[in-house]
Amino acid sequence: MKNPTLVVAGMATLAAGTYAFRLSGQLLRARITFPPRAARLLEAAAVILLAALVATTALTEGHGFSGFARPAGVLVAGVLAWRKAPFLVVVIAAAAVTALLRLAGVP
Amino acid sequence: MRSIWRTLDHRPLADIGLACLAVFFIGLSYGAIAVASGFPLWVPAVQSVLVLAGASEFLFVGIVAAGGSPIAAALAGLLVNSRHLPYGLALPPGVTGRRWGRLLGTHVMNDESVVFALAQPDLERKRAAYWACGLGVLACWPGGAVIGALIGSAVHDTSAFGLDAMFPAVILALIVKDLRNPRTLRAALAGAAIALAAAPFLPAGLPVLLALPAVLLLVRESAVTPQADRQPVVAQAGSTP
Repeated sequence: MKNPTLVVAGMATLAAGTYAFRLSGQLLRARITFPPRAARLLEAAAVILLAALVATTALTEGHGFSGFARPAGVLVAGVLAWRKAPFLVVVIAAAAVTALLRLAGVP
Repeated sequence: MRSIWRTLDHRPLADIGLACLAVFFIGLSYGAIAVASGFPLWVPAVQSVLVLAGASEFLFVGIVAAGGSPIAAALAGLLVNSRHLPYGLALPPGVTGRRWGRLLGTHVMNDESVVFALAQPDLERKRAAYWACGLGVLACWPGGAVIGALIGSAVHDTSAFGLDAMFPAVILALIVKDLRNPRTLRAALAGAAIALAAAPFLPAGLPVLLALPAVLLLVRESAVTPQADRQPVVAQAGSTP
């Protein structure tokens, strides 16, 4: 860690800004009444963001492809989750499949 | 907080417990990665408590470790965490608490607590699920990060254990019941495709936000769909026993 002061400043910025995001959505909502359809769309919007987060964290590393092992593990987890497997089974399967593929030499 | 245990059924409580356990394990890998990247233990420890948003903390540590400016790393982390604004919009008022409790209730807003809250059928159970999961994550994420940092010197290669596949798997497992709605699934796939197409060119975090216009697919469709066919995306999933 080269510059501790700057790192602390970065951590404080991230913490304060994140809290502001968490608060501002609620404050906006308290001032505006949403019709039920808009409320459902907002819930769907959160699901879309999370799905995009799954896709990017599963398939990319920096600006490139993450390799096959990680998305394969996440795919197995997705199939298990779709078939209503217990949560822990889903998560451990993702790690296990990825680890085994890497052990077998898959990037 | 005792009312949480009376309000929630065993099933959501067990799921929340498992989600927190998964968060603990991801926290282990976070602490280990942070220490392996050259940070002292207090960085993941303090950050896991004060930021309490895993993906952005991984990103922050990764960018700074790669030689990036901590301020740029913080801005990238904020880009990732901007999804908490629509989360706050999606939560019904009262879920995060009132008066002073809301200061903490706002801080424990995260992917898991929001999803578990939205899956519950009524306000009382939404609030109970939100707090159970939020406080659980508040204990497990920093706990995992500190223990991970302590054993970090022992486990150098977290990718060998496939730990990096756990984060997307956790999120996917949490949204899979919403994806059973074909229209939500279509919009989610479109959003994911946009994010993936943008990922090679844009700074981390931005591609995820670019997925948001995919919600327009639902706006147009719900305008032409008959009333009877419209059902709440999350409430529908939550009402199944």
